[in-house]
Amino acid sequence: MTPAPQLATPALDVSGLSHAFGPRQALRDVGFSLAPGDFTVLLGLNGAGKTTLFALVTRLYHSRQGRIAVFGHDIRRQPSAALAAMGVVFQQPTLDLDLTVRQNLAYHASLHGLSGSRARLRIEEELERVGLADRRDTRVRQLSGGQRRRVELARALVHDPALLLLDEPTVGLDIESRRFLIDHVRHLCRSRDMAVLWATHLIDEADDTAKVIVLHQGQVLDQGPVPQVAARAGVPTLRAAFDTLTHQHQGTRQHQGGAAR
Amino acid sequence: MTPIHYARCLGGIVKREALRWTQQRGRFFSALVRPLVWLAIFAAGFHFVLGVSIIPPYETYIPYEVYIAPGLLAMIQLFNGMQSSLSMVYDREMGSMKTLLVSPFPRWFLLTAKLLASVVVSVVQAYIFLAIAWFWEIDPPPLGYLTVLPALILSGLMLGALGLVLSSFIRQLENFAGVMNFVIFPMFFASSALYPLWRVKESSLTLYWICQANPFTHATELIRFALYGQMAPLSAGVVAGATLLFMILAVWGYDPGRGLLARRGGGGE
Repeated sequence: MTPAPQLATPALDVSGLSHAFGPRQALRDVGFSLAPGDFTVLLGLNGAGKTTLFALVTRLYHSRQGRIAVFGHDIRRQPSAALAAMGVVFQQPTLDLDLTVRQNLAYHASLHGLSGSRARLRIEEELERVGLADRRDTRVRQLSGGQRRRVELARALVHDPALLLLDEPTVGLDIESRRFLIDHVRHLCRSRDMAVLWATHLIDEADDTAKVIVLHQGQVLDQGPVPQVAARAGVPTLRAAFDTLTHQHQGTRQHQGGAAR
Repeated sequence: MTPIHYARCLGGIVKREALRWTQQRGRFFSALVRPLVWLAIFAAGFHFVLGVSIIPPYETYIPYEVYIAPGLLAMIQLFNGMQSSLSMVYDREMGSMKTLLVSPFPRWFLLTAKLLASVVVSVVQAYIFLAIAWFWEIDPPPLGYLTVLPALILSGLMLGALGLVLSSFIRQLENFAGVMNFVIFPMFFASSALYPLWRVKESSLTLYWICQANPFTHATELIRFALYGQMAPLSAGVVAGATLLFMILAVWGYDPGRGLLARRGGGGE
């Protein structure tokens, strides 16, 4: 492996991040780094802590411990600069169903302070790219689930972010919509040098050219390019590596738990 | 971020609120019909029960419907504030609140913009009500339609800010019915909206003081005096102070480090 160039500022840098809701520890000492152009899959089962991680990175609330920086801007100290560089597709659908596609996107553009003319231009461009330009004046309620997701992706990109975060973006989509979304986002990584964090519980969304972060019960079990993670676990595929890592983790946890009691 | 960026953001938030209000027909319709129904029912019901003597700002004996009009204006704004509070809680449950909160603008500004947007909607509703009420022979002096505007804005801000506070402290949508019972109804009935306070004083001194301490009373009185071109300084002060207090609480409630979002996990998992 060639060492990653450390000169460039990481698009997203998370270190020593822990968070608890009351007695439940949602994240334990999580750390990773995304370079521009990286397509990184955050892989974990439901409840692994992916959504908590997203909430902390997007500053919905602050962590108790740890540091998050977006292109060098600390999320606590320079939230405005950090959030301006970030586009987010949340797990739950977040469009106004009674408004048209364009009205939804225009609202988002205004939340980033875009001028009317710039917003119109960017909305057209992004809708064109996701193949929904002719639906611009359709109310979101009349769109299919796959189309709504594409609108949400277009919305996340209207202000030209250099870091794109997607939390379980393919949940509930059919195969074709899923394929479209993955291809489109991977194309963005290459063509715009965009850093992408793609959270999912579907292992096949991380192919061999992706990087992966395996998150389990709030802890990062391993991370790196998919073939390396598999090789380290001593198995041929990521699926097998995931099983191995989570079983090992379960073993140590039970062992520790037993010793503590 | 320069002032022009802030202005664009504010414009976008107000526009969305206005679009949502007009495009949700049911909400639009009920917002207009509710006060008229109340006007019809209360005016008919209390008309003969309550004789209203000459009290400021009125200069003559007035029919009961004229007395309750300012209270109903304040009620429109109270409901509007609670409606936007409900939609904030709903947005948070559904996740669409997140799209607002990940905007790079400071959170206090986003909340204030949200508040101003809801005030714009509530002031428009208040004027539509006044237009219809004119046919009910609720006809304040022509200048009153102008002088009532700042009062409507100020009371709209207070009740909208109250809505924001509640939305930040209500944990789940299901709890909203409780808020209706414990906020809207006591606030409305223990106030000068439906009956003059001297009447209340005759029956219960305790209730009288509760009414006096109720900021909704002062919103009502502020609107009542303004509608007749007069100033109610005490009420204006109370309403302004309460607005400030509620706004501080709301910003605190939505603070990423302390408030409710962190305690309940932000509706995530």
